[in-house]
Amino acid sequence: MTLGEAGTALAFGLLAFLSLLIAAKAHTSEYAFHAYLFAAGSIAAVFAIIDRYYNRPAIKAPLTIDGKPNYNMGPIKFATVAAMFWGIAGFTVGLWAALELAFPVLNFDLPWISFGRIRPLHTSAVIFAFGGNVLIATSFYVVQRTCRARLAGDLAPWFVVLGYNFFIVIAGTGYLLGITQSKEYAEPEWYADLWLTIVWVVYFLVFLATIMRRSEPHIYVANWFYIAFILTIAVLHLGNNATIPVSIFSPKSYIVWSGVQDAMVQWWYGHNAVGFFLTAGFLAIMYYFIPKRVERPVYSYRLSIIHFWALIFLYIWAGPHHLHYTALPDWAQTLGMTFSVMLWMPSWGGMINGLMTLSGAWDKLRTDPVLRMMVVSVAFYGMSTFEGPLMSIKAVNSLSHYTDWTIGHVHSGALGWVAFVSFGAVYCLVPWLWNRKGLYSLKLVNWHFWISTIGIVLYISAMWVSGILQGLMWRAYTNLGFLEYSFIETVEAMHPFYVIRALGGALFLAGSCLMVFNLWMTVRSGGTEISTQSEPSLVPAE
Amino acid sequence: MSLWSKHKLLEKNSIFMSIGVLVVISIGGLVEIVPLFYLKSTIEKVEGMRPYTPLELAGRNIYVREGCYNCHSQMVRPLRDEVERYGHYSLAAESMYDRPFQWGSKRTGPDLARVGGKYSDEWHRDHLNQPKSVVPGTVMPAYPWLARTALDFEHIANDLKVQAHLGVPYNSEMIANAAADVRIQATPDHPDAEALAKRYPKVQARDFDGDPKRITEADALIAYLQLLGTLVDFKLYNDKANIR
Repeated sequence: MTLGEAGTALAFGLLAFLSLLIAAKAHTSEYAFHAYLFAAGSIAAVFAIIDRYYNRPAIKAPLTIDGKPNYNMGPIKFATVAAMFWGIAGFTVGLWAALELAFPVLNFDLPWISFGRIRPLHTSAVIFAFGGNVLIATSFYVVQRTCRARLAGDLAPWFVVLGYNFFIVIAGTGYLLGITQSKEYAEPEWYADLWLTIVWVVYFLVFLATIMRRSEPHIYVANWFYIAFILTIAVLHLGNNATIPVSIFSPKSYIVWSGVQDAMVQWWYGHNAVGFFLTAGFLAIMYYFIPKRVERPVYSYRLSIIHFWALIFLYIWAGPHHLHYTALPDWAQTLGMTFSVMLWMPSWGGMINGLMTLSGAWDKLRTDPVLRMMVVSVAFYGMSTFEGPLMSIKAVNSLSHYTDWTIGHVHSGALGWVAFVSFGAVYCLVPWLWNRKGLYSLKLVNWHFWISTIGIVLYISAMWVSGILQGLMWRAYTNLGFLEYSFIETVEAMHPFYVIRALGGALFLAGSCLMVFNLWMTVRSGGTEISTQSEPSLVPAE
Repeated sequence: MSLWSKHKLLEKNSIFMSIGVLVVISIGGLVEIVPLFYLKSTIEKVEGMRPYTPLELAGRNIYVREGCYNCHSQMVRPLRDEVERYGHYSLAAESMYDRPFQWGSKRTGPDLARVGGKYSDEWHRDHLNQPKSVVPGTVMPAYPWLARTALDFEHIANDLKVQAHLGVPYNSEMIANAAADVRIQATPDHPDAEALAKRYPKVQARDFDGDPKRITEADALIAYLQLLGTLVDFKLYNDKANIR
């Protein structure tokens, strides 16, 4: 047994023991349940390590075979499947949450599925479970390919993938059971945060050590974005989750920041979860998968340098635009607004670099729906990174803040950009990982593309209308100088848009179900069929 | 171009690249966050702010548990319509003991920063139990389990202790009496009500959930809601004094 295997097994053994101890003395049954989950997971890990030891070859997997890198694809396959699983789960929960707002009877008076508990479940499932697994899968793939080196670590890549998904399970079940910090996008409690910290450090080490093994002199641009994403998320996670637990036997903790400082730290975190998790990480995907798919180099090397450093420098400042007109001091609000407007430029630098990579190959948009999906995602990225700076202007924000306009904005970014570029990447990845010649059906990809696009358009336009409508109703005055509408009248006016939004979400979910079917058939069919798309033939001019 | 070739230093060394990223992303956060801890103008000087009573804190923890922030803000902006709809705009001082802050980001329901005293306990009780019974057009979920579930405050002193450690002015007397104070506040005409009011000025002590025999989660949550926005007396507050 190697030192790594023995040490990891021992650490998990100790964790199992500690978990059982905590479970026995836990203050709440929900926390005891989580402690048992930790114990079960740790024991399973010990067994898996021992079992693997007896079944594996005596020597470690070679770094190269016949001079070619011996890539490690197992953990990537797992993360890809997990991404699709959590994607469907997250979209379904989102649809359910949307329906609860349209038809509140669907809360069924049950604590576990009431809106306040499943909305964080939805956001975490799509951002961290779906998006996170896509990022882990693609980053492990891209770093190996662009460095032409095997993924570093023996157990470590598996620890990252499995440990991260265990974190998702703890976080998600916690929300349903009422274990939450109620800090947006950072809801998991202290013990889940600690676990994620360990997983994340190992993730960074695996990534960095793989880069250090590279046989290419340069680090490819996609890897810069992955490094920025992993490092910054670590910093943000530690800063925003600095809490002191009430007791080791209690799931409850109190944050060390309070009031206005906590607000600033929260949105420093919250906005940069968007900036580094949902933007930098997915730009890395764009920088690998689009050039690969169109078989062209990235449009401009210098543009990628400028927009990379400008983007990561400016993004960090933008947080206070979530706190306009609040009790946060004006100077901080103004800084946040200024940098948010400036952020428009590097964002569009990335968009231009992605789109212009298609120079000379635009015709592929007609024949390749996977590429079309990725290109449209970059277009959505451009649109929502224009809308964002617009909404960060204080005068606009005074209308848009607290309304559905924000929800619409987020979804044009999340569905249009993040999900579409992920879908594109996964459509590329699955045939590569499972050694298939191509996808089962490009026609189905085309259907997925159009159904989901219509879903997104319905979703975001419904939210634009409802957001601006409600914002205007709140500030409407009668000609006698009284507020024209009571709050509940503005709520009632939202109903039709909530129904349209749910319809848009249902279409988006339907599209992704088609995707899962297509991927399943791709893996199962053995890749005999390349595509159902026929090559366009030239028609002689008459 | 020399600058472009200098970038090769970062491109060819993963450690330099990582350090470069860390430096670049640190600047904005440091500039925006650190001054909030030492600029005196960040948090106004006001009269009346005090830490939450143990019952209110337990209620706030239920507010946190149920994720109320997903639909309710606690931050009145200084805009004409908001001040008329909700009351005086919120001060930073009013959330100085809030861990975590609950300013929120979405108003599917109305702002709650000044909901204290706006409605009766009975209204809150009915509203939490079945929102449509008092607001027919509402989309709020019902929370019938709150009035059914006994409040768990066995370890509430630990909560105060941790907060005191973080700088919330809970003294040793408050921590020692934490569990007792929950009972005192939730019991009508409790003999020790005066001692409670001394520890926590302006405290509202009564039966909140309509069932004087039991202390439920509804007691705690309604006690918290009825406190929101009532501690600072805006008839006495001088906003000019805080311009620095």
